[in-house]
Amino acid sequence: MFEIFGIPSTALFGQLLIGLINGSFYALLSLGLAVIFGMLNIINFTHGAQYMLGAFAAFLLLQHTGLNYWAALIVAPILVGAVGVLIERAFLQWLYKLDHLYGLLLTFGLALIIEGVARNYYGSAGLAYTIPEALQGGQNLGFMFLPNYRAWVIAASLVVCLGTWFVIERTRLGANLRAATENPTLVRAFGINVPRMIMLTYGFGVALAAFAGVMAAPIYNVSPQMGSELIIVVFAVVVIGGMGSIMGAIVTGFGLGVVEGLTKVFFPEASNTVIFVIMAIVLLVRPAGLFGRRA
Amino acid sequence: MLDARTPLLAVNDLQAWYGESHILHGVSFDVQPGEVVTLLGRNGAGKTTTLKSIMGIVSQRTGSVRFEGRELIGRPSNEIARAGLAFCPEERGIFASLTVEENLLLPPVVKPGGLPLDRIFELFPNLKERLGSSQGTKLSGGEQQMLAIARILRTGARLLLLDEPTEGLAPVIIQQIGRTIRALKEEGFTILLVEQNFRFASTVADRYYVMEHGRVVESFANAELDANLAKLHDYLGV
Repeated sequence: MFEIFGIPSTALFGQLLIGLINGSFYALLSLGLAVIFGMLNIINFTHGAQYMLGAFAAFLLLQHTGLNYWAALIVAPILVGAVGVLIERAFLQWLYKLDHLYGLLLTFGLALIIEGVARNYYGSAGLAYTIPEALQGGQNLGFMFLPNYRAWVIAASLVVCLGTWFVIERTRLGANLRAATENPTLVRAFGINVPRMIMLTYGFGVALAAFAGVMAAPIYNVSPQMGSELIIVVFAVVVIGGMGSIMGAIVTGFGLGVVEGLTKVFFPEASNTVIFVIMAIVLLVRPAGLFGRRA
Repeated sequence: MLDARTPLLAVNDLQAWYGESHILHGVSFDVQPGEVVTLLGRNGAGKTTTLKSIMGIVSQRTGSVRFEGRELIGRPSNEIARAGLAFCPEERGIFASLTVEENLLLPPVVKPGGLPLDRIFELFPNLKERLGSSQGTKLSGGEQQMLAIARILRTGARLLLLDEPTEGLAPVIIQQIGRTIRALKEEGFTILLVEQNFRFASTVADRYYVMEHGRVVESFANAELDANLAKLHDYLGV
């Protein structure tokens, strides 16, 4: 063990690791929000509840069908994403031409309903989900102990985030998405089924939240309010990064996780507020966000 | 004059609305295969709205739009495009978040028989040099117009709707666009052109329809242009 600025290295790297873990979830969730906002022009307040649904889906799949963690990582996002598609068809598609406020109110109301139902059946105590066997234990890196599961979360989140970035910024499909974000009417007049694309984009954004939820299940308890606790911070992350930038959402997510972790080491009193302080400063200096384009 | 051929595009009593405002009051005209037909008229006469109603971009519309004999009215614009119509908007619609190459490759191929990229670069040599450009909107106005036309040639659509392709461009670029339209006609494309500049239109068009207050008020062939010049000046206010 050695010291950096008078802080024991294990404490510093330990918090850095927690920061990266939180950052992984911030990045996955703010990425989904950014993708959805870009295409649908809707601020998806249901995102936290959909993250929670992902965790619950993993828990219930294990309880009732015996599907393990790895299967849940695929199946839960598909199920929750499909519910997202239904929500888009039933409600959201009528709101695109209206003020942001309508989408915000609708998705916020849905979040309250989903969380209320979950609390009614499962209480607020939280349910335990065990770490899959292959990822139990950890590595002693000399300067710190690295639990395998946490390393996996960071790596998987990075891969999914960068994969999403690659698809959107570097492929034909992504070019269609970017074009439809800019001018949906013209893209549709070229023969592309834009309404279907919007529907699937929402489903994908929701599936990302559910994926994060499954990964979170073994770390945090599976509980109805797990999403609403996290989503407030994630919205701050989105405001700081700026809506509509994919890489911005990823970089800001991980970056702010680390900043929060480091604050816990050097000035613990501020660790819960540091992100909101940064948000206030960014709003003053760059209202469109660090990576945002001016609307 | 009766024509035995079926028109490629037959528009009949087309009416269109933007919200409460009634813009088109029964537009009727047709376009034969291989023709270049120009809609002339003042600002606000309904030329652009006619193109957008044919494409389904203006969705509040009634009447009849038949393409190759199939009724398109009431169909969404993505299906209309798939039938083989392609639209080049007045504002060009080049995407800022796409590279030049992505802009060029954006419209999906809807039918076989579109122009291969080699042929497109023969028609627009400057586009090939600009392919690497990071942002479509970094191109000059003329290059953006070329790109907006070039990207709809790949798709296999046989009817091109071009909305004021010469607007705001330098005379030398306008000449190049004129040469391109004549080359496209030779390739077998059918073109419905909206223009305010009838001097330009007279270098490419086979026939004209003149629009006023959301109606077609006059039609004549290019050979009759001189005879109609005085009337045309009245309609266009030039």
